Amino acid sequence: MDIFLVWVDIFRNWLTGGIGIPTLAAEIFIKIILVLIVIIFVLCNLIVLVWLERKFSAFYAMRLGPNRLGPAGFFQLPVDIVKCWGKEDTIPEAVDLPVFKIASICSFITAIMAWAVIPLGKGLVLEDLNIGIFYFIAIGSTGTIAFIMAGFGSNNKYSLLGGMRTAAQMISYEIPMAFSLLGVIMLAGSLNLSDINEAQKNVWFVFPQIIAFLCYFISSIAEPNRGPLDLSEGEQELVAGYFLEYSGIRYALFMVAEYTHLVAVSAIAAIMFLGGWNPLFGLTFIPGFVWMMLKIYFMIFLFMWVRWTFPRVRIESLMHFGWKVLIPVSLLNILLTGVGYYVFQAITG
Amino acid sequence: MDCLKESKPISGPKDGKDIVVPQGIIMSTVETVLNWCRSRSFWPLTFGLACCAIEMMAAGDARYDIARFGSEVFRPSPRQCDLMIVAGTVTKKMQPLVLRLYEQMAEPKYVMAMGSCAISGGPFKDSYSVVQGADTFLPVDIYVPGCPPRPEALFYGLLQLRKKVANPKAFAEQYKEKLENYGKNY
Repeated sequence: MDIFLVWVDIFRNWLTGGIGIPTLAAEIFIKIILVLIVIIFVLCNLIVLVWLERKFSAFYAMRLGPNRLGPAGFFQLPVDIVKCWGKEDTIPEAVDLPVFKIASICSFITAIMAWAVIPLGKGLVLEDLNIGIFYFIAIGSTGTIAFIMAGFGSNNKYSLLGGMRTAAQMISYEIPMAFSLLGVIMLAGSLNLSDINEAQKNVWFVFPQIIAFLCYFISSIAEPNRGPLDLSEGEQELVAGYFLEYSGIRYALFMVAEYTHLVAVSAIAAIMFLGGWNPLFGLTFIPGFVWMMLKIYFMIFLFMWVRWTFPRVRIESLMHFGWKVLIPVSLLNILLTGVGYYVFQAITG
Repeated sequence: MDCLKESKPISGPKDGKDIVVPQGIIMSTVETVLNWCRSRSFWPLTFGLACCAIEMMAAGDARYDIARFGSEVFRPSPRQCDLMIVAGTVTKKMQPLVLRLYEQMAEPKYVMAMGSCAISGGPFKDSYSVVQGADTFLPVDIYVPGCPPRPEALFYGLLQLRKKVANPKAFAEQYKEKLENYGKNY
């Protein structure tokens, strides 16, 4: 796992020593390359994810799913993306042009920005911020703006309703999400994601924080607008929601943003609750990076399972559940964690 | 990927002489690649007019599974889909709305007339309220006969449309005679 870091070191030494580039310039150059690597990594995940999604949906409906292109239909998504490239970029006359155009890019950028602080292994992180989890929550909220921009900019009543619903839903589910993460932060005593990971060496936080884990799981379904809580997209009443007027590659960007968000949310769940890159059963010969990916994909499996099993809920049920159940429960969890921590300290001294 | 398996002579760009492409090398233009991809991922519009739509829904179910061909992505918004399956009777009241849906779709877009009603009015041939076929107001690419057609027939239509989209010139060549004689027998 450290092989990545060794490569970066070799490359840095070659740049500064071998060629003789100033240290600062070399650092900036390396940072840019690493950012590109992270983006490519996320996009590679995406191909697997959409394939998995289509196969899972087929499995839960007792179908076969795509199986004509490539092994088990694996190349269906690349073909779809190329097709989306080739499609006309429809821009209706009534749209607010600049807002309409940058909305899809904004949604992708806000989704990818969360990846700046997410570590995939020991030291495998772009910027090991000391307030990493706080940054993640803050960036997650800014994604709302892109959806409102898409809804308003399209100048379409269904888009507007979809955008407003997304905003309401994301803002109400941000709160229980942040509160449920607070319990973990209290136990770990740090906002740094790597430190939180180190704190789970002996016991994963999913065991002492099972209530928080459930709260986080439910609110992180609502956060990237996935089923059964994808009301912003609700076909039966809103046609397609905020991206109704988008076609071709602009529409594809919204989908990319949704899946990027999904991977980020799963990675945070793996780090905060499932012990991140700490090995299971002491199997240390498997690299931490592999453990991390396994845990991320386990979380993604749970998300897909929920999506294709449960029917969509109504908007007011969603809001009632968010405000009347999730927020009190997650607040109670903070109280329990605090009291439990105090008692534990008093006993052990 | 038949092109990978055998060497094929293709006509050269300058003097018209044949160039033999060695095995395993793909020579292509952007348009060919785009057409190939378009033909492999039709996203139909979620839209049905009458009983043929029930068969269209059955095509998405477990028994028939349109997802095998990558077409299970029924997009609700006309902006994002490629294929309009006119599934059912087009009444005169519905006709302007169908036309508007077609106009809202993004290029390249294809139309499939599914069932007798969408092909020619079918059992409502002389009705005062039924449009006599979708091709009176839409550029129909492919007709799937039946009343209603079974899901297998829909798949066959989809695969024929795939051939047509992937290789428009060869398709025109194959059906040249039929296209030229179209309408002369009536």
